[in-house]
Amino acid sequence: MSIQHYPGRRDDPAYRRFGTFSYLPPLTREQMLKQVQYALARDWTCSVEHVEPERSMDTYWYMWKLPFFGETNAEAVMAEVDECSGLYPGDFVRLVAYDRLRQTQGMSFVAHRP
Amino acid sequence: MATFDAGVKDYAVTYWDPDYEPADTDLLACFKVVAQEGVPREEAAAAVAAESSTGTWTTVWTDLLTDLDHYKGRAYRIEPVPGDDTAFYAFIAYPLDLFEEGSVVNVITSLAGNVFGFKAVRSLRLEDIRFPLAYVLTCGGPPNGMIVERDKLDKYGRPLLGATIKPKLGLSAKNYGRAVYEVLRGGNDFTKDDENINSQPFMRWRDRFSFVAEAVKQAQAETGEIKGHYLNVTAGTVEEMFKRAEFAKELDMPIIMHDFLTAGFTANTSLANWCRDNGMLLHIHRALHAVLDRNPFHGIHFRVLTKMLRLSGGDHLHSGTVVGKLEGAREATLGWIDLMRESYVPEDRSRGIFFDQDFGPMPGMFPVASGGIHVWHIPALVTIFGDDSVLQFGGGTLGHPWGNAAGATANRVAVEACVRARNEGVAIEANARDVLMDAAQDSPELAIALETWKEIKFEFDVVDKLDVS
Repeated sequence: MSIQHYPGRRDDPAYRRFGTFSYLPPLTREQMLKQVQYALARDWTCSVEHVEPERSMDTYWYMWKLPFFGETNAEAVMAEVDECSGLYPGDFVRLVAYDRLRQTQGMSFVAHRP
Repeated sequence: MATFDAGVKDYAVTYWDPDYEPADTDLLACFKVVAQEGVPREEAAAAVAAESSTGTWTTVWTDLLTDLDHYKGRAYRIEPVPGDDTAFYAFIAYPLDLFEEGSVVNVITSLAGNVFGFKAVRSLRLEDIRFPLAYVLTCGGPPNGMIVERDKLDKYGRPLLGATIKPKLGLSAKNYGRAVYEVLRGGNDFTKDDENINSQPFMRWRDRFSFVAEAVKQAQAETGEIKGHYLNVTAGTVEEMFKRAEFAKELDMPIIMHDFLTAGFTANTSLANWCRDNGMLLHIHRALHAVLDRNPFHGIHFRVLTKMLRLSGGDHLHSGTVVGKLEGAREATLGWIDLMRESYVPEDRSRGIFFDQDFGPMPGMFPVASGGIHVWHIPALVTIFGDDSVLQFGGGTLGHPWGNAAGATANRVAVEACVRARNEGVAIEANARDVLMDAAQDSPELAIALETWKEIKFEFDVVDKLDVS
């Protein structure tokens, strides 16, 4: 097989990657649901964040509402992702799962790209 | 009233105490001992306790000026070694005030000092140390720890990816920076100086640091992800080490690297303190370890070196891979990666853990799996190491037929595919082939990597096996 070129563009947000799963094809809704189920099964608290592409390297993105404390239904979490993405279609939207006991995030992945 | 009785006494008279109940504050050690012919096990164990604490070969009058019962180490138990009747385990308790606070240097000078050359034992291996929590808390520990590192890097829920730049010697600084840039833009989180790289004539450290810093910053801007290169600050003097660390900080680099055994624990502890003060991550390499830890009958087990490094300070430590080109059995490796990461590790002989070890609030370190691993190993590595690890592919990144960036992408795709499948409930190690081939459908970089390394295995027998019956 001949050598394949590895492209890059600094001026195109399509080349930005954000964390886990950003080198896979975009997750389908069904696949995201399974990841959320994995998080909820560990007693992690899901949360949604979004940001404009130009400040996507900032640590703090806009927090969507509050983390969904006590929410154990993966469909309900995905509905929040959908609502946020629908309102901000030009933003990156990520799903975060807080692991309270270890004071870290057990999971974080981009669920919607501009 | 004690009187001075000059002469030589059996060690066991003073240092063998099978009724002793170790205190929570005692430092406990387990040695594997092969005694000289004719020396009873109790006497050999007592000799080890004596020579590693207060004793010497003859009584001295100044023994009577102190309270030896308070200061002496005690051999309190001996056990047979399963499957080997030449050796036995000696358990020794040392009172806390034998050791300077916050100094693993002082601890190892006593426990692995003269006693290892002692004629009454044929060979001696320090298998494990229980550091009492009271002692652990006098040590600085990892400058950042895993939790803080993840926050600084903004990377969660997956193993991190590293790559050691090769050829390990001989590249110019600018060409070296190119290799770094390509790996990082392809999807790696880290690249690494090979341990042999310090500041040789073909690539002086300041030039390397400058070119690498530009590579790191460009790859960050291009990918939108935080990147780092372990800038090796190991040097011939501590002054030079700190000079290099300061320059890395000036360049706004997030992580530096140190070889803790060749440079020594004193240098390492000082550097860890500097890193804590300066918000710098510290990657620890372990050149020299196999000299100390590979012989099953003599030396210091790696689990002891691991505990000492965690107390001295480091955020990453090489752990072996189980599956790659370097020594390390699976259960034993699981034992010492627990010692790197967990707050409390219970005794578990099936993993070679001889004592309960409480690290209290001391942060954990990332184990780094490095050495002869490639993309086919990733399902096993993710299973063995879990998310809190750095998987490091040198040849397995740079040897990709399309170059470093494509090599990095192949590994990143494979890691993410494994994490996704694992989270979906797939047994990824048992279904390694399916998981990888499935991911390769969407990634030509992964497809060609799988083709390139499909036959490469390192199946040699382990030299240092756990002693289990």
